[in-house]
Amino acid sequence: MTFEHLIFYLFSAIVVFSALRVITVNNPVFAAMFLVLAFFTSAAIWLLLEAEFLAITLVLVYVGAVMVLFLFVVMMLDVNTVPEKEGFVKYLPVGLLVGAVMLVEMVFLITQRYFRDDAFPAPARQSDIGYSNTETLGRVLYDQYLFQFEIAAIILLVAIVAAIALTMRRRPDTKYQTPARQIEASKAGRLRINEVAPTARHARAGRSGAPAGASGDASAGKAS
Amino acid sequence: MISLSHYLTLGAILFSLAVVGIFLNRKNVIILLMSIELMLLSVNFNFVAFSHFRDDPAGQIFVFFILTVAAAEAAIGLAILVVLFRNRATINVADLDELKG
Repeated sequence: MTFEHLIFYLFSAIVVFSALRVITVNNPVFAAMFLVLAFFTSAAIWLLLEAEFLAITLVLVYVGAVMVLFLFVVMMLDVNTVPEKEGFVKYLPVGLLVGAVMLVEMVFLITQRYFRDDAFPAPARQSDIGYSNTETLGRVLYDQYLFQFEIAAIILLVAIVAAIALTMRRRPDTKYQTPARQIEASKAGRLRINEVAPTARHARAGRSGAPAGASGDASAGKAS
Repeated sequence: MISLSHYLTLGAILFSLAVVGIFLNRKNVIILLMSIELMLLSVNFNFVAFSHFRDDPAGQIFVFFILTVAAAEAAIGLAILVVLFRNRATINVADLDELKG
């Protein structure tokens, strides 16, 4: 067993363990944390596969953005963890059965015939010092897959619009400013000067309220 | 050297765990979304492994797009979840029976 095997098995064990904890742990916050661990370790295994750019992208995009979003939602929603676990034991046998059957089928397919080691010999490690995985990916991405790249950009745009449109709500009781109406307001619309007799000097002058349409400063209509 | 089947087996194990997770946590939408993320990760494992062993960068480009779609899916799914929780004050799948399905 070489050092590479050791690394691979260690990281694989961590990935499998954390995936197992994701699906069995009771608290969704812990589940999200174990998912972060799974992504992180997967990035390490991808480095073993010489996919450096994708490994870093996985850490940045998944751990940095998607999982933070998950954690944000998990912590924002006040979820009761206890009742959500009902049915865990009930569905455990059928879940294990389906999972085991799928796993055995896939492993048979993978190890028995088509993907044996002689069919796909391990390639030599990249020995060129000037080789850059990012540069290779960039050349392929912006040459052959430019159209698909733009479609991916549109998908992201649609996701942004959909997420905002879904979660945005206007509360009727929120006070907010309307800049257009603030600019519209003029002296003529708000100020009225009442002529009063000099004898009624200390009497309270007739207060003229602001016109019904004008919002904002209502104390503008005082008589002199 | 580590062979291709090692990586494919790891991907298969991850995928099966995600399927079991969907069975076990069918009450909790958040864990269901996390299981879907695990499934996508296992698929990405296969793409990266094949890309390495066939010496073809197209597999990594595909992973790139899968990451994009997965990020969009997570964002929209969580937005739906937030709206759902705001309207129903629960994320229990069993309570979401308005469509009588």
